[in-house]
Amino acid sequence: MKERLSEEVIAMRAAKELKPGDCCNLGIGTPQLCAMHVLQGVRVQTENGALGYGPLVTADDWQQLDTDFIDAGGKFFTAAPGMCFFDMLTSFAMIRSGRLISILGGLQVSEKGDLAIHSMSEADEYPQIGGAMDLAWGSKKLIVAMTHNSRDGKPKIVKKLSMPISAKECVNIIVTDLAVIEVTPEGLLLKEFAPDWTPEEVQSQTEARLIIAADLKEMEL
Amino acid sequence: MNDKICSAAEAMADVHDGDEVAAHVWGASGTPGYLFRALADRGVKDLTLYCNNFLPSPPGLKELGLPDSSATILLPQLKKVVTAFAGTRAIRGLGQEDFLGDRVKSGQLELESTTHGVFLERLHAGAMGLGGFYSPIGLDTIVEKGKEKKVIDGKEYILERPIRPDVGLVKADKADKLGNLVYRGTARGANPIIAMASKLTIVEVFEIVEVGELDPEMVVTPGIYVDRIVRIPDEDLASTKQKQEILEKVFGDPGIRELVFAAPKGGQE
Repeated sequence: MKERLSEEVIAMRAAKELKPGDCCNLGIGTPQLCAMHVLQGVRVQTENGALGYGPLVTADDWQQLDTDFIDAGGKFFTAAPGMCFFDMLTSFAMIRSGRLISILGGLQVSEKGDLAIHSMSEADEYPQIGGAMDLAWGSKKLIVAMTHNSRDGKPKIVKKLSMPISAKECVNIIVTDLAVIEVTPEGLLLKEFAPDWTPEEVQSQTEARLIIAADLKEMEL
Repeated sequence: MNDKICSAAEAMADVHDGDEVAAHVWGASGTPGYLFRALADRGVKDLTLYCNNFLPSPPGLKELGLPDSSATILLPQLKKVVTAFAGTRAIRGLGQEDFLGDRVKSGQLELESTTHGVFLERLHAGAMGLGGFYSPIGLDTIVEKGKEKKVIDGKEYILERPIRPDVGLVKADKADKLGNLVYRGTARGANPIIAMASKLTIVEVFEIVEVGELDPEMVVTPGIYVDRIVRIPDEDLASTKQKQEILEKVFGDPGIRELVFAAPKGGQE
């Protein structure tokens, strides 16, 4: 078995999509790890009403913790110059404004950029939607950071979703433990592959057909 | 002028069986847990709870002997929950005695899924007296189930209905005696829109100050929206005076620190 990139490295690569001056929202799971890797000048937004806050509080400096500085995933953050707070109505108008870049996790992405993010395996009636549908609909750019295959080895990048859809034709970039793929009107464009992997091997782990980008390269980490 | 200030028990006197109740639920920040306990004590039943999240008490609190102030303590009184996110521990139990999934399966509780954005706009529509609004979020998903759809200017939308709760349970940092409210950090959340949308708004605060002491530029919720003000008593675990002590108790414990600060893992929660 060839080695795949770790969750931490997926987050690191996804975070490289953000440039100073960008405002972004980081979903629960792998995307949360991106917070540790975003460049200075990238401002992070949380659904419950803050923009431009500082790094997360770690176990070692827990005494700095302020329970009123909490992010969407329940992690505590520190203050930073320029940080602002707002109510959630303002927060979701912001999320739907097309001014934020979002990084979300994913269970499946289709070749058209449809996203399935919610596990509804038990029963449809347990709500775990959160803000993901709003983020997927309203972002300037949507990056999905996820593993290339599910735990049982099935491809997560598919022709058509087999899982319940969260939002239609919304994904722009997919960053996985094997590749960086751009969703284009022509189809899925393979831009980068993981070290030690070949484009053919990445295709063999992908149900949807991949178009090889003219500037295809190995991922720079 | 002081007639808005009362005890938590007095504040709950006009909450009745079958009422619709709204609250901001977001873990340690901005959740009106002191009022949840008062509502549980009031014992009314068949309530509908509108909450952005439905979360259990964080792990470890019980072991430290701290009373549960989470939305789950209201479960025996609820007939319906409308929420965007129910925590896995709240659904499946996992150490909780009473949990959502069990009640849904046995037909005691009805659940309605929404998204955070739609939840907020439904409250906004309630505050504005709208009959509903057309929303683009959740097309072809579980969110559109059973709802009217309409094409406007070539785009498809879902009809969403307003929320106008009988009772809004709100948490703020400070109130003046007129009910003007200021918040702190992310504890603001959905509290301001819940105050605006509700027919009876009850707020819990850490501090009540004299009229004129709040900077009018800093007031977020105008006092006209606030009907009852409850100050969390100093001896209660939710008060600022106890907060530091509880933080030390909770986060001073390395086991709990590990739970709270564990690196986020991929997945739902």
